[in-house]
Amino acid sequence: MDLLGKQQIWKEYQKEIADDNFFYARSCIRQTFFPGSEWAYLDILRNKLHKNVVDDPRHTTCTGIGYHSDVVPVETIMTVVARHFALMTEAGYENLTPSCITSFGIYTEILDTWEHHPEIEEKIREFLWKATQREFKKPRNLAHTSDIIYKFRNEIAAQAVRLLKDVHTGRPLRGVDHIGCHYAKMFPSKGIGGAEFPAVLSGMIEAWGGEPVDYPERRHCCGFGFRNYLVMANRGFSVANSKKKFESMQPYEPDFIVANCPGCAMFLDKWQYTISEMEGTTYGKDGYGIPVLTYEEMAALVLGYDPWEIGLQMHQVSVEPLLDKMGVSYDPDKKYCNSRGESLGKPQCPTYLKVK
Amino acid sequence: MNYDKNDKAFAAYLAQKAPSSKLCIGCGGCTATCTAGNLTEFNIRKLQMLVKRGENEEACKSLYKCMLCGKCLLVCPRGVDTRKMILAMSEYIHRQS
Amino acid sequence: MNVAIIGAGPAGCEAAFRLAEEGIQVDLIEKENVTGGNLNNWYQLFPDRKYAGELNAILRNQLNHPQIRLHLNTEAVRMERKGKGKFAVQLSDHSLLECDALLVTTGFKLFDAQRKEEYGYGIYDNVITSVELENKFMNQQLTTSTGEVPQRIGFIHCVGSRDEKICNYHCSKLCCITAVKQAIEVREMLPEAEILCFYMDMRMFGPGYEEMYREAQEKYNIKFVRGRLSEASENQNKQIIIKAEDTLIGKPLRMTLDLMVLMVGMEASEGSKKAATQLQLKQAPNGFIQPADPHYGNNRTNEEGIFIAGCSSAPMNLTDTLADARSAATALTQWLKHNCKHKNE
Repeated sequence: MDLLGKQQIWKEYQKEIADDNFFYARSCIRQTFFPGSEWAYLDILRNKLHKNVVDDPRHTTCTGIGYHSDVVPVETIMTVVARHFALMTEAGYENLTPSCITSFGIYTEILDTWEHHPEIEEKIREFLWKATQREFKKPRNLAHTSDIIYKFRNEIAAQAVRLLKDVHTGRPLRGVDHIGCHYAKMFPSKGIGGAEFPAVLSGMIEAWGGEPVDYPERRHCCGFGFRNYLVMANRGFSVANSKKKFESMQPYEPDFIVANCPGCAMFLDKWQYTISEMEGTTYGKDGYGIPVLTYEEMAALVLGYDPWEIGLQMHQVSVEPLLDKMGVSYDPDKKYCNSRGESLGKPQCPTYLKVK
Repeated sequence: MNYDKNDKAFAAYLAQKAPSSKLCIGCGGCTATCTAGNLTEFNIRKLQMLVKRGENEEACKSLYKCMLCGKCLLVCPRGVDTRKMILAMSEYIHRQS
Repeated sequence: MNVAIIGAGPAGCEAAFRLAEEGIQVDLIEKENVTGGNLNNWYQLFPDRKYAGELNAILRNQLNHPQIRLHLNTEAVRMERKGKGKFAVQLSDHSLLECDALLVTTGFKLFDAQRKEEYGYGIYDNVITSVELENKFMNQQLTTSTGEVPQRIGFIHCVGSRDEKICNYHCSKLCCITAVKQAIEVREMLPEAEILCFYMDMRMFGPGYEEMYREAQEKYNIKFVRGRLSEASENQNKQIIIKAEDTLIGKPLRMTLDLMVLMVGMEASEGSKKAATQLQLKQAPNGFIQPADPHYGNNRTNEEGIFIAGCSSAPMNLTDTLADARSAATALTQWLKHNCKHKNE
């Protein structure tokens, strides 16, 4: 594979990312399934990179799940988003950094719609005023939080406590990068590296000593399309998409998967369990599955955070094999303890998927 | 369709026994005039194309519907001997069972 | 009476010869160090499989004519209309040409396949263009990037043509027949390989073209799939995995190719664009130089005294290019006689 060819494409898809003073918009799924990730992101930005990040407790869901399932009409979601912009404006910020990829897609889509149809923007301003007496300014810069981490990947590498390498052999770890569909597929120019060969996660992997893996189904969706996944009868179709990706990446023997969309990380992590229960198939070596990380978790591990502090015990696929390869020290007994050290009890073990 | 994994022995047999079948461009004239096609779901154009890609199930299931009337042969602009092609397919299917 | 011809491809060379035979002085300007333009890239030509080199030699030898001054390795840096019905052409060797009329035969350039990112050209080793394949024919060596004999080869039609995403809405006309010709040539080199063409339409417009398509199917066992390539990926063996729909069956198809050939389309050349800008020539929506009238003025432009021929005006095969060049020569000759007569009165 010719890196030169890819670099040519990446040069054409560079977007402007703000430097500091970020308004953080939290994610429904990331908070629920990977709460440690959001904490880790804020800690890294504030205490390691010394950036100013603010988030508002009055922030709500963007209603993307509802919108993409045809439950929430487009005027409603635009007004909800306008309220987010208003919260940002009231806090005195102009750089919007959503944590969720679908939110990023929705903000991009709405801003683009308003640019081409200013009359709709006017209407939404009116709706927001009527509903909440709030006014807003559009964000000057919109970037996903993975773009921010990408922008500061070299600063993070400079502070790295360990790299994405196998400490026993020195081999760079092979990481599969999975990009959320709503990041670049809708507006390729809004994603670093475009839609075909996105660079945001592979750039991080490379900066931190790992080796990004390109496999045939790299671009394929993981299946977390809301209207497909929400209907139980259709869930098999959703799972089949993830399965297609696993089958395709398996021959490359990846050490981990990293995703910038919280939904994708959830899917790729949990469906390995589901598929193992359905068919007895496990991916990765020795039946432990392929560990899935959010990019915040990947950055945090590189910076030396404790795995349980950042919430890796919440993962379905055991992360310990990866931690052992990286030389991360952790206390296995503390895995299922709360912050006071009391045991929370162990979860049930899956039938085929081995867990540590 | 996974072309890599499909069994293309049927297609190879067809190309060998009825070489004019290679001339098909999928114009659909045969299916349009087909006697059986006008009364059932039988689609000879699609069926033989599926065989060529290694999807043999449709042919095995439905080929018997052809009445061998020969209307398709009269219509084909490429000069495919469709009747010969169908008989060759039939032969292959019978050999397999 | 003298004419400056910009570009010594097939159109420029043929027009130069015809004009010279009429007694007109011709300055033929060519930026490369050989004449022939894009013709230099081809091995065998359709429809008769003649060697491109043969045709090139004929066109080149015709240039040994007392009335033709050939300027190789020379670029037309600046072209403009001067007073008194003359044109001035400043050349890269710092000389200045003055002429009564201009003929722009700057030809075409091939679509840069890297712009079609999803096809992986420049990224995956076994994705090549049709021109690179011709090169392999010239060297009589057809192997994959790992030096093996390819077992399955795919031709992808319409790369960079008929594509809204690239902003090239036009059809490049020749790629379909080129794909069929090249498929046959590959079959002759590799009797056992499986060869497939992925097309949207089969545009076999010229004499002998449809017959060649038929022959490709019947005699040469080339398979044709009506379906546009959506994406290509690479597996660990450097083979190309493709996804297309077999629209005649109505099902998506995936397969592994050892070698994938992209039939890259034609675009207006840099020279055509430069000429159009400097001389204020109208450009058609497809980027090529617009003829004054499609039926009765296909060699004239919106500017009096400036003529076009060949692929500077639209994608053309060699037969039509040469015919167009002769038609331009006739139009030019008539125009010069008419105009210069009036000037002398």
